[in-house]
Amino acid sequence: MTTLSVMIVDDEAPARTRLRDLLADVSAEVPNVVAGEAVNGLLALAAMETGAVDVMLVDIRMPKMDGIELARHLAQIEKPPAIIFVTAYDGYAVEAFELNAIDYLVKPVRAQRLAAALLKVRLNRPALASPVLAKIQQGARTHLSCHERGRLLLIPVPEIIYLKADLKYVTARTASREYLLDESLTHLEEEFSERFIRLHRSALVAKEAITGFEKNAAEDAETQWQAMLRGVPERLPVSRRQWPLVKSYAKQLSG
Amino acid sequence: MPSIKQNPAGQPLPDFRNFGVMLRILLGVNLLAFAAALIQSAGILDCVQRYVDMAAWVQPLLLFNLSLLALLSKLLKRLPWWWAQTLVVLLAALSSALLLDFWRFMVIDDGGWQRILRAALLGGLVAGAMLFYFALRARAFSPALSEARLQALTARIRPHFLFNSLNAVLSLIRAEPRRAETALEELADLFRALMRDHRDLLPLADEIALCRQYLNLEKLRLGERLNIEWEIADVPADLKIPPLMLQPLLENAVYHGIEPSGEAGTVRIRFARSGDELHIDLANPCSPREGAQGGNHMALGNIRERLALYYDLEARLETKEVVLDNGLREYRVHIVLPCRSEVL
Repeated sequence: MTTLSVMIVDDEAPARTRLRDLLADVSAEVPNVVAGEAVNGLLALAAMETGAVDVMLVDIRMPKMDGIELARHLAQIEKPPAIIFVTAYDGYAVEAFELNAIDYLVKPVRAQRLAAALLKVRLNRPALASPVLAKIQQGARTHLSCHERGRLLLIPVPEIIYLKADLKYVTARTASREYLLDESLTHLEEEFSERFIRLHRSALVAKEAITGFEKNAAEDAETQWQAMLRGVPERLPVSRRQWPLVKSYAKQLSG
Repeated sequence: MPSIKQNPAGQPLPDFRNFGVMLRILLGVNLLAFAAALIQSAGILDCVQRYVDMAAWVQPLLLFNLSLLALLSKLLKRLPWWWAQTLVVLLAALSSALLLDFWRFMVIDDGGWQRILRAALLGGLVAGAMLFYFALRARAFSPALSEARLQALTARIRPHFLFNSLNAVLSLIRAEPRRAETALEELADLFRALMRDHRDLLPLADEIALCRQYLNLEKLRLGERLNIEWEIADVPADLKIPPLMLQPLLENAVYHGIEPSGEAGTVRIRFARSGDELHIDLANPCSPREGAQGGNHMALGNIRERLALYYDLEARLETKEVVLDNGLREYRVHIVLPCRSEVL
């Protein structure tokens, strides 16, 4: 039996202590070693970089980045660690876990249950499907992630100026660079409807990044409105279909 | 207090689709008809004859109105109740007049505007009497209702808090058994308070003690992340207030203000007395992730309704979100209670 390396992700110190104690208790049955602890999803992803982790025990309700979002980002990397959610009381999430056969434990965790969950991890380790997690998540993510040269890059949503669909991919533009995302623009529009507004069929722009609109006096008769954006030189065209909606939003801004 | 007015139990208009209500109307109207027959008649046999004659009038009208009201009951529910009542009375009057006109057409009655008006007045009066009866009946039941309501409204603690606290205590047992003992004792006290009969007013000092115990338990879980500032000045500790008024608000403050935030935050509680009023202020930071609507307003609605049931218009609860000088947002709850201690 190889030793499992386990990471504990919970924002409450007593909860982490308890899991550490329990892991020590079951180590005879399931050899394990605690590879690290993190107080939220963001720090857990950062800690992942330093070493291989086999299993993550993940609390759901955490500040900065919650457990479900962490799992969604992890689903993007190759050979992700197995995830066991640990929750005090999230009726909604627990129901979804049951439906989708996702491993979870309820707080206070019992040693027996923890051992059983860890043993199950050894047998098969399918990655959690992101669409399923997307359904469980309540509210929008704090970050988008992209997989680049074997690394997972996180893009904080407030830094994104616009999202643009090109053929198969969606690119996210921040002030410094572009990222290729494996997402659909429609889903992003639904998830971040408070933050982004659709300019045309293939572009969503952060409402607060719009600085103004300008008429593009093209040589042919078709004039078109373009949005000027904070932090990037390029302008994005506004489709005629979306113009009334965007215009009313712009009025709201100036008024 | 609009939340009380919306309370369907206080609405005197009966549910016309309810079988019991229909039965009461049938019996009530027939009883009135029988009384009318008794007044008109000379003897008991004559009375029965008159009642049977009257039934030819009363029963079709009754059945017509009952089925119409059952059909319209959804619409009536949505109307303000005085409108709905007027509508019901008008409906009865109009249908009586129409029936008389129909009888005239069938040459059973000779008609005439006087007879039509008489029929309309009779129909309207009977409908009014029935509505009055239902209103009285609803009022007779309302003390029981408001009591049951008070019980139901007394906020329940979040299961989230219970399980997390138990988990925290479990983690202490090995390393710090003494602290674990204290924590379990506090948890026991908290639940004793929660399971008490909630109808009686309790001294303010008790509620403050309960809040301190609750916050101690939260501090156990959240550690440095939770700071608390109390400011209690010139407050009559023996002032009686409704139980569990502050604890649910503090629970909200921790759940929405401290837990979702990565940084440490402060919950401020301030009591101040001005004249005959006790002012209670609670403030907690707004987490950037949960928007203004992020909170659950159930606890707030509950407390507001309970204040109204205990104090009517003399108590207020206001909430607002303030942007501080440093750009952070703060959520504030302000409660005003009447404070007339009997000692003075």
